[in-house]
Amino acid sequence: MTDDLVLAMRGYDPSVRPPVLTDGDVSYVVDDTAVGRMLLATRSDGTALASTFTPTDADVDRVLARLARTVSPRVLRGGRGLDGLRTQLDDYLAGRLEAFTVPIDLVLATPFQRQVLPALAGVPYGRRTTYGALAATIGRPTASRAVGAALGANPLCVVLPCHRVLAASGSLTGYAGGLGAKAHLLELEARASDDR
Amino acid sequence: MVVDLPPFSQLVDAHWRDVARLAHALAGPDEGPDVAQQAWTKALAAYPTLRDARNLRSWLLTITARCATDEHRARARRPVLTDPPERAAPAPPDPSDDLLWDGVRRLPRRQRAAVVLHYVGDLDHATVAAALDTTPAASRRLVSDALATLRTLGVTR
Repeated sequence: MTDDLVLAMRGYDPSVRPPVLTDGDVSYVVDDTAVGRMLLATRSDGTALASTFTPTDADVDRVLARLARTVSPRVLRGGRGLDGLRTQLDDYLAGRLEAFTVPIDLVLATPFQRQVLPALAGVPYGRRTTYGALAATIGRPTASRAVGAALGANPLCVVLPCHRVLAASGSLTGYAGGLGAKAHLLELEARASDDR
Repeated sequence: MVVDLPPFSQLVDAHWRDVARLAHALAGPDEGPDVAQQAWTKALAAYPTLRDARNLRSWLLTITARCATDEHRARARRPVLTDPPERAAPAPPDPSDDLLWDGVRRLPRRQRAAVVLHYVGDLDHATVAAALDTTPAASRRLVSDALATLRTLGVTR
């Protein structure tokens, strides 16, 4: 029964616009920043959930699937609450901000990461430390390798400054955003600190 | 949660065009955007309680059809055709889209929902039946009645 009528209905192609939705539980945006393509996610009240390097669309999908599973499936692009985190990241990357004050939630972190990541607060802007020293800070002096892995999967990159942690030799070692990004962030902080 | 639901933003990206097409077909170009927006708002509110992550497209289109019906009911609108007209309008040489969609929107409510869900929404009769709380056989009947009514309106050549 494929006549004109049916074909016209099947091929119906009105001019349409996407919906405008703001009332989700998780808001996200993918931004091209000075250190690479990053996904930023917050709760609707502005609490930061993720700030993570996502070079490919598959990386984006993986983070979103995790947010949907762990926090809420009501994930919206560009929803409410992103402004604070976005502005602070912009300011930080422009050398205008030293410490993030946006509230954070480590819901995407493992229990061990929840021990390690807060210790980064003891490494101020422009300073550096080592995996071993950070391991000692949390009372696990032999766990520098595990600390390295915990930092490598930091769900709040840049916001929680795991880029300030280096190998004992001083080599950059590794970074979720690539060594170029890590070097860029360290130089940015060194430059801004010198200016003072 | 029993099921892993995909992030809602992926549903929007994958299906917003289909929802909008359906809303426009059911409610017209003036009310269509409101109906689509309302359907998405309802879907977003209900999403976390969903117990089945399969057939999300059918779920969205069903919500859209219900919103269009609510919209329809809420408005005092042009009269609905319940019977074929006394004499068929002369068939135009080249049926325009406007004539077709005006005819669709003047169909009895369930015929309209069935024919639009089936052809514009590309849903099978089992799914259309579920959306309209009826049987697949009844869905088939509604669709063929709708086509017959549209033909009497001179919508086809």
